[in-house]
Amino acid sequence: MVQKLDRLVETASQTAGPYVHIGCMPTYAGNAGALAIEIGTDGPILDGAKGEIIEISGEVFDGMGWALRDVMLECWQADTAGVYPGQDGADPAVTGFARIGADSDTGIFTLRTVKPGATPARGGGKQAPHILLWLTARGINTGLQTRIYFEDEDNSADPVLSRIEQRPRVETLIAKKTAEGKYTFNIRLQGEGETVFLDM
Amino acid sequence: MTTDLGPLIPRNRDAHPPAFDTGYKTSVSRSPKWPLLSMESTPSEETGPRFGHSVLGEHDNNLITNWTQGKELAVGERILVHGRVLDENARPVPHTLVEVWQANAGGRYRHKKDAYFAPLDPNFGGCGRTITDEDGYYEFLTVRPGAYPWMNRGNDWRPMHIHFSVFGHSFGQRLITQMYFEGDPLIDICPIVKTVKDRSQIEGLVAALDLSKARPMDFLAYKFDIVLRGRRQTRFENKLEGM
Repeated sequence: MVQKLDRLVETASQTAGPYVHIGCMPTYAGNAGALAIEIGTDGPILDGAKGEIIEISGEVFDGMGWALRDVMLECWQADTAGVYPGQDGADPAVTGFARIGADSDTGIFTLRTVKPGATPARGGGKQAPHILLWLTARGINTGLQTRIYFEDEDNSADPVLSRIEQRPRVETLIAKKTAEGKYTFNIRLQGEGETVFLDM
Repeated sequence: MTTDLGPLIPRNRDAHPPAFDTGYKTSVSRSPKWPLLSMESTPSEETGPRFGHSVLGEHDNNLITNWTQGKELAVGERILVHGRVLDENARPVPHTLVEVWQANAGGRYRHKKDAYFAPLDPNFGGCGRTITDEDGYYEFLTVRPGAYPWMNRGNDWRPMHIHFSVFGHSFGQRLITQMYFEGDPLIDICPIVKTVKDRSQIEGLVAALDLSKARPMDFLAYKFDIVLRGRRQTRFENKLEGM
């Protein structure tokens, strides 16, 4: 017999289902006014945020190549100097957090934000500029985490991208520049070009 | 300054449902086939948004009254749902946002896409939220949600349930789950419950009837504790990092 560890097990995830927006984005669900303040729906920046304002658009595709109309995305990012909200010196006009519902007719989502700076890596060094994404929808049993990097940044030394053994898959995490300040980033849950999802 | 509390403990994926489950048909085309990329957490995942009481409205933690802002009461069996948010090291998670949503007493959601026969309750919105106190404790009042049918395999029913979305203190702790009610026979035949393969993990989703918190002639109570991921502890709690 050995002593028992003083540990608990994380509560099991369950799908957010088709009605996640009732609780998280009531206006999107058709229930405007249910909450006086809806968190994250105004995007991750306030007026006056320092840095380059960018817009990232994309779609989340299922294994058929059909864009999800009911997906909810959450984003978390640093400011233009690579400082996360809550840390010393963070830009007070960057909340860092956003919630986005894909368009219920087209499945297109759009994130308007500032381009984040490079952030510290654990154990020294830097991570290339990136935005964290967390996806949830009907049929997704445990929320999926991934990252958006930018094709016009130096991603060569990023420790997460470096861990991807199949080099062609690195491309799935890199937003493509389509115009000044505009990027496209599509997510594929399954099938050809399946996005790299993270587990840490 | 946010102190460095250490990397997240790697997620035990066996505690969670696999992405692909033929019993839950929608998951079949929405599940990644490649393994997730394993990595150590970084400051990106170890930080996260914090929400204070300023985001809460006066009635947000009372779903019986919040849709009408206290003017009318929702129909249904009145219940208090309460519990604690803890981490894997059994420490409370204080001051964290808990969001809930649910069907009304008849099993109908207030959502533009829900067309089930059960009527909408004009006095029930189905959305609420609260923030845990310094001991990780939360509670809210609501009505017991009804069970409802869904197509999936033709005649499947969802057990009575409340959806929970919990933040924790880092983005990597993010969790969405569902709370079920002790004694509901539909739990054992629900394809979504069955996506969880570990029996004890399913039991962890079932709230116990808790008469100690019930109020006579008013409401029953159910207790539902939630465990979020912890962080690797390398030092005694009362010693500074690196000492």
